[in-house]
Amino acid sequence: MNLRPRVLRILFIYALFGRLAQIVVFAQPPASAATPPLPAPTLEQRVAGLEAYLTNGDPTAALKVGKDKDGNPTIPDGLTTPSVGSSGPGHNAWQMTSAALVLFMTLPGLALFYGGLVRRKNVLSVMAQCLLLSGLVTILWWICGYSLVFHSGNAFLGNFGFAFLNDVGSAPNTDYSYWVSHNVFAMYQLMFAIITPALIVGAIAERVKFSAIVLFMTLWMFVVYFPVAHMVWGIDGFMNGVWNAKASIKAIDFAGGTVVHMTSGWSALILCLIVGKRLGFGKTPMPPHSLALCMVGTGMLWVGWYGFNAGSAVAADGIAANAFTTTTLATAIASFVWPMMEWIVRKKPSVLGFCSGAVAGLVVITPACGFVTTTGAAVIGIFAGLVPWFFCYKVKGWFGYDDALDTFGVHAVGGTIGALLTGFLARNSANANLANNLKDKVTDALFQPLVFEQIKAIALTLVIAVVGTVLIAYIVKATVGLRPTQENEIEGLDLTDHGEEGYIFETKS
Amino acid sequence: MKLIIAIIKPFKLEEVKDALSSTGIEGMTVTEVKGFGRQKGHTEIYRGSEYTVDFLPKVKIEVAVQSDIAPKVVETILAAAKTGKIGDGKIFVVPLEQIVRIRTSETGEQAL
Repeated sequence: MNLRPRVLRILFIYALFGRLAQIVVFAQPPASAATPPLPAPTLEQRVAGLEAYLTNGDPTAALKVGKDKDGNPTIPDGLTTPSVGSSGPGHNAWQMTSAALVLFMTLPGLALFYGGLVRRKNVLSVMAQCLLLSGLVTILWWICGYSLVFHSGNAFLGNFGFAFLNDVGSAPNTDYSYWVSHNVFAMYQLMFAIITPALIVGAIAERVKFSAIVLFMTLWMFVVYFPVAHMVWGIDGFMNGVWNAKASIKAIDFAGGTVVHMTSGWSALILCLIVGKRLGFGKTPMPPHSLALCMVGTGMLWVGWYGFNAGSAVAADGIAANAFTTTTLATAIASFVWPMMEWIVRKKPSVLGFCSGAVAGLVVITPACGFVTTTGAAVIGIFAGLVPWFFCYKVKGWFGYDDALDTFGVHAVGGTIGALLTGFLARNSANANLANNLKDKVTDALFQPLVFEQIKAIALTLVIAVVGTVLIAYIVKATVGLRPTQENEIEGLDLTDHGEEGYIFETKS
Repeated sequence: MKLIIAIIKPFKLEEVKDALSSTGIEGMTVTEVKGFGRQKGHTEIYRGSEYTVDFLPKVKIEVAVQSDIAPKVVETILAAAKTGKIGDGKIFVVPLEQIVRIRTSETGEQAL
């Protein structure tokens, strides 16, 4: 039998199928005669993109080789390098670290700092308020808070473009940074939004019920924080002197002297006046139940603040490095000066004095840290050790208000003098970005025009904080009520608001 | 029977306990108390708020003894607890009506 023709036929059929499959699998669409190939970047342009990562510059700068009809430089269609739209590892890593450091300032830094200063029966209430805000503010931030602060809109508030973190992905938002992921930036700023209201609880500690805190803080974020933060840091903000060429008030605030400390501090004062004093204030002793906890919290605040200040450079660059240095100097000097004043005036330097001095130093250097030199930072440290000290020791006594944990004395006063000193001490040599839009304001003189812009910003922030808080406080007072009953206040908020005791010392067996 | 109550400075407790031991007294009740007599308290200052603390920490020892040895026990406590400075404390001797040992239900001097 001759099998050869049969085998040949089978092989032919296989070959035919194989060729058909090859055609189907590797088919190309018909080439359109009109599509040009994508432009390839030159080696020079790609290196320039990489160098932009090192220098915190714009990776598209070297790609702007085209011109539009008005003669402005443009990027030819499709011309790009892998550096464009990518986050820079070093900058992003530092930003994520900074975000964690700032959260650390609230949990547990502030919780311990404030917790140790109240009476034992209220230690948990303070911690609960810090924990509450960590969750509540995050939810508000996600829904629309981030958008209202950092999306463009108008000079006072952003729009809802980033609501639910829409369009907030891992690529940088070049309005704020070329190399930090947009979502990382949003999370970093969230930590600021969390700690700012947490500072207020210090002034009204031990005598405001939990439900009032929830309502007050929710309203306060919308009425005070989101608008002020947008005005100072939003790309089209009313008071964003550094980055908004059209800003009406050309003020500067590196890490939040106005946004964080002035808003919370002045709101705290108003709130504590409206809420009133603690029962027994002035007669019953109310010493801190654990200065040990307070000191531990202070250490955490100092360390975490490096994320707050140096992280506000939104880059791991020379400006961050300077902010790191100025923060260290101002804080250390203030934490030395305050207890020395106590030693002179009261015969004993106190641990609370060391802690308060350190925090005061951190507060005052906050708006200045990325804009002043090391010498400026040292000057700021001295003022920070003296002025808030004076307010806590003397002024509070003169007026008799019950600012339980000195939020006004340290944050309002510190933030205000910080913003003012920034006006006097900002120098071009410390931060080249000041020359972008503030050439005529920052002249490197002591009484430079920037001082007046700072005063305007201080005034506007103060008005918003005060008026906003008065409004909200009375709304809360009329609806939920601010204070617990007298019996509940005496028993302690830990039990009455949370059903818990902070410490249970049991006799064994 | 007498109940001897002694209010002493806290750091003297071990000394008093050992002294009582060597006179044959093995049982006592100790409580942490606070009080003042002629010894003054101290002032604390927290960021401009001044507090005067009047009360001082003390330790109260209670010992139940037979009436005839009560004076000797008082002497023992006195010698051990004395520093010579203000705030040394006081000893009270009160008559004791009845004692019951819970484990055995013994009463009176047998329960001492």
